[in-house]
Amino acid sequence: MYNPDAENVIVVSDLVKKFGSFVANDHLSFEVKKGEIFGFLGANGAGKTTTIRILCGLSYPTSGKLKVGGFDIYKEREKIKKNIGYMSQKFSLYDDLTVYENIRFYAGIYGLRKKVIEERASDLMKKLDMKDARDKLIHDIPLGWKQKLAFSVAIIHNPKIVFLDEPTGGVDPVTRRQFWDMIFEASRNGITVFVTTHYMDEAEYCDRVSIMVDGKISALDTPENLKNNYGAGSMNDVFLKLARAKVN
Amino acid sequence: MLNIDQHSRNIYFAIPPLKMNPISVEHISKKFAGVNALDDISFRVDKGELFGFIGPDGAGKTTLFRILTTLIIPDTGKALINGLDVVKDYKKIRQDIGYMPGRFSLYSDLSVEENLNFYATVFGTSIAENYELIKDIYIQIEPFKKRKAGKLSGGMKQKLALSCALIHKPSVLILDEPTTGVDAVSRLEFWEMLKRLKHIGITIIVSTPYMDEASLCDRVALIQDGKIMTMRSPAEIIKTYPWKLFSVKSDDIFRLLNDLRQISQAYTVFAFGQSAHVSFKEDQENEESLFEYLKTKGHSGLKISQATATIEDCFMELMMKS
Repeated sequence: MYNPDAENVIVVSDLVKKFGSFVANDHLSFEVKKGEIFGFLGANGAGKTTTIRILCGLSYPTSGKLKVGGFDIYKEREKIKKNIGYMSQKFSLYDDLTVYENIRFYAGIYGLRKKVIEERASDLMKKLDMKDARDKLIHDIPLGWKQKLAFSVAIIHNPKIVFLDEPTGGVDPVTRRQFWDMIFEASRNGITVFVTTHYMDEAEYCDRVSIMVDGKISALDTPENLKNNYGAGSMNDVFLKLARAKVN
Repeated sequence: MLNIDQHSRNIYFAIPPLKMNPISVEHISKKFAGVNALDDISFRVDKGELFGFIGPDGAGKTTLFRILTTLIIPDTGKALINGLDVVKDYKKIRQDIGYMPGRFSLYSDLSVEENLNFYATVFGTSIAENYELIKDIYIQIEPFKKRKAGKLSGGMKQKLALSCALIHKPSVLILDEPTTGVDAVSRLEFWEMLKRLKHIGITIIVSTPYMDEASLCDRVALIQDGKIMTMRSPAEIIKTYPWKLFSVKSDDIFRLLNDLRQISQAYTVFAFGQSAHVSFKEDQENEESLFEYLKTKGHSGLKISQATATIEDCFMELMMKS
């Protein structure tokens, strides 16, 4: 939930990232509040992935001041990595490990104790209704289950922030909605959700949405305000107006 | 004489022979390691039709398209492209079809122009010979013709792949998830291109996981777990939605979904962008009773109206039935 008075968990001021002469992120500034679902939208090649990699501590900015989870992006990258979760459609779970082994592996990486791992693993499988699948290989379970499990594993260490990079690509419509129920729940529990998607109906579920065009943020507001400001009936129309403006 | 008899017989039965359709598929099944990837699939596509296969990953779309493009052989059943059998006549079929596989499969280390030249040469033609057909599409990436294909953005890669699939003037285009992972602007432009190709008589079969793209097709098959759940025009599919459906808006969508799920008569409750869709099998429910209930639950900003189902509502309804 967006609460303007809540603490900032992500603070980006004047972020610039250049690759040679190409400016991928062009003076970005924004803040994300605790527990907020923040939609990070943009056309292919607009520079979203570059920003996410920097926020996750995987790449240094060319210039700018950034804090993630209260930690400095230049000096405290290891602390940042302990306090965030990450999931994408492309990389999530290991196909040749079982459901339980994946949970144990990720929880172990985040330094959870054996007893805590056992507890969370059994809670998780109960919640996802996957108890019978405990010893099945990820390879053998349906895509919908995988995506839900991948999200649960990404937040198994109770991170301050979870980054979701196109988490629902290709999943069936029922699973896609169940997935968003899980996102809503995580946000209620105080986890900040930073999400990218190409499904414009999902942009409507976000507390606030930023739309990036050519390395710059061209709009950032609640879906309601964006629609009003751009005289648009849906987030799809807002997106088309902004992303097409550069072509025409 | 025999021909005339055959002809009148067909008129009499009002069933065109298989060979008249650019694509006809009869009872195709395919298993991988004991799992049904395709389970008794039959359909026909008319000349100049834009036909969509809509379904999530793992539904069987790619397997079907690989059979149609002669890359794999079905376990049972028959598939014809322009009257040619995909198993026996695969060499001839490959001359007649244009194919865009799901994964970007052009040469990343060749330039835009080199890729297009390569595909033209493989099919014994030249860019100049068929430039008219690809002009509208290629013109958008021509400024970057010296750039390596691997360095293009998603939308530009897609345009190049379509140009390459068209360069030998195919009569049938087979496009496997051309818009997956592509942003909303490029998706819209891509569908506009398909419409133009359809108008010059090219038969197009396209798959997509985006339900909202169904309305851009003449007919669609909704596919899940290797089975076609329904196959009609998008408008006809929407007409078959059986329940009373409401669209409900409130300031707090998460709480709204939970409160709607508490209603015992509610059959389904799903989030749909800025509103929730709730369906009832019984007819008694109305806007007023829903409004009263949600007000007692403390909701503000309520807006309730009867809604027409979308293709996504229909897809979920069919999923639950099966």
